Amino acid sequence: MSTTLKAPKLKTSAMIASFADPGQKTASAPFGHALVKAAEADPRIVGLTADLGKYTDMHIFAKAFPERFFQMGMAEQLLFGAAAGMAETGLVPFASTYSVFAARRAYDFLCLDIAEPNLNVNIVGGLPGLTTGYGPSHQATEDMAIFRGMPNLTIVDPCDSVDIEQAVPQLAASEGPTYLRLLRGNVPTVLDEYDYTFELGKAKVLRGGNDVVFVSSGLMTMRALQAAEALAAHNVDVAVVHAPTIKPFDAETVLAEVNTDRLAVTLENHSVVGGLFETVASAVVTAGLGKRVVPVALPDEFLDAGALPTLHEKYGLSVQRIVAKVLAELG
Amino acid sequence: MGPAAAAPEIATRKLGETTMERIDRVSAAAHRIRHHALNMGEVQGQGYVGQALGAADILATVYSDQLRFRADDPAWEGRDRFLLSTGHYAIGHYAALAEAGIVPVEELESYGSDDSRLPMSGMSTYTPGMEISGGSLGHGLAIAVGMALGLRQQGSTARVFNFLSDGELDEGSTWEAAMGAHHHQLGMLTAMVDINALQADGKTDTVLRTEPVTEKWEAFGWYTQRVDGNDVGALLAAFDNAAAQAAAVGRPSVILCDTKVGRGVPLLEEREKAHFMRIEEHEWQLCREQLSAGFNGKAER
Repeated sequence: MSTTLKAPKLKTSAMIASFADPGQKTASAPFGHALVKAAEADPRIVGLTADLGKYTDMHIFAKAFPERFFQMGMAEQLLFGAAAGMAETGLVPFASTYSVFAARRAYDFLCLDIAEPNLNVNIVGGLPGLTTGYGPSHQATEDMAIFRGMPNLTIVDPCDSVDIEQAVPQLAASEGPTYLRLLRGNVPTVLDEYDYTFELGKAKVLRGGNDVVFVSSGLMTMRALQAAEALAAHNVDVAVVHAPTIKPFDAETVLAEVNTDRLAVTLENHSVVGGLFETVASAVVTAGLGKRVVPVALPDEFLDAGALPTLHEKYGLSVQRIVAKVLAELG
Repeated sequence: MGPAAAAPEIATRKLGETTMERIDRVSAAAHRIRHHALNMGEVQGQGYVGQALGAADILATVYSDQLRFRADDPAWEGRDRFLLSTGHYAIGHYAALAEAGIVPVEELESYGSDDSRLPMSGMSTYTPGMEISGGSLGHGLAIAVGMALGLRQQGSTARVFNFLSDGELDEGSTWEAAMGAHHHQLGMLTAMVDINALQADGKTDTVLRTEPVTEKWEAFGWYTQRVDGNDVGALLAAFDNAAAQAAAVGRPSVILCDTKVGRGVPLLEEREKAHFMRIEEHEWQLCREQLSAGFNGKAER
């Protein structure tokens, strides 16, 4: 009889709530709390959801302001059509669902009802990129690719709880529509250790470095910072530029960093098609720079189901895979 | 939620007139809307004239009798909102906006021309009095739900009217919105459905059967009336009923209006029905003459 021990397989459910590393500092439901705070200052703010209040941290707002919260049911076309109608009456709606449903299912409603009249509707999309192991039905790996072509829409891909807390009031204050790639639940707190504040439309240099420059957005900025630390042990000096606003893109700041003889790498929690990499690449080409850019991004394919750590490792988003890729590039 | 709003008075209606005077006044407005639509269609050489003629009585009832608005201030905060989902009906809506004094009659001849404020498909960003950009069908009622929620939340007593077509009943989003309006008890929301039984690829019952329409809306919890949408008296009665039960919190209303494409111009009523009706150059004057003859004949009776 065989007594071979197999390593227990990781479970999908183990990482549903958070992609935080064990023991990492986190904040609970930063979006919900930030929205409550913004709504205390601005009576125009209302919240809507499509049967995903508890899963997009909107429940925090619903509890604080029940009379300003509107449950629209599992009806995303209604959610965004109604959000447009509310904005037409002078309110500032934050409407939440999963990114897949906002981007794929309700696109026409976002485009024509919200973006075309340039209304101040703030779309809040949960589970952006690869932040769930449920497979393609829930993984919005191409949401930015879908949304970047929509005129008037501002796209924000926050790194952590600091970004979210600082972004929410700026999204409410900005005039046109916005799309926030929501990080929900226990969200890592990372950027408080840097001299950093979120400014809508701006990229920021988080750390300098002589050999490599990372340009990253979303949770991949956290991984970029961790990879930079790890690469220091290999005597590789890495700069990190965080570009949480994907559109309009801060090409000036990013190109100033990319246009050096350092290895340039983009890192994003999104398909290699149509996201940060192509945003940077188009800025590079438009500026006439003959600069190679290496993408760390999800492949152009439907991804597997499984546990997030397994999937991040498999698809190249883990710190280990980033480090290996950079070392290989540097030869 | 804001303070409970009483059913609003009807601002555009003339007080003290008899029922017959009222019907005559609205019918005359519908007649002018039809004339405007024919003239606009002639300038463009084609267009959704058939729909405009069919919907003219509904539009006249709304704009000359029901809707509260200020012609010189189309963005007046207290106005009732009229949302045209069916962007291609803009030709009829522009005619109604001209009848209402919101758009100058002379401007109608710019319909569909470069740089015009009156594009072929209605858009809020182009035209005063146009609340939404319709055209992608199935959007209007969802936006109307949000407007009604937003107005109620801010204590407004304004009503929200949404004009949709029976073709839009094919769209799932219309039924999402129908459920939402009932769930949120948007008693200040009134929808009107132009049931001309025709859509882009043919007769509605051959494209996607929507009947039984009345039972569907009733099942969705709406206060449902079905009328001859080319009978001004019946339309006024139905809109009065809807107004009488309008409330901040209550059942939304729908008025299902059976209409005839090309109504008022026998030549077009009898033509093979087409979503995009072709009218030859020499026929426009004939259409106008038939329209006037029919209206004057009725008026003399």
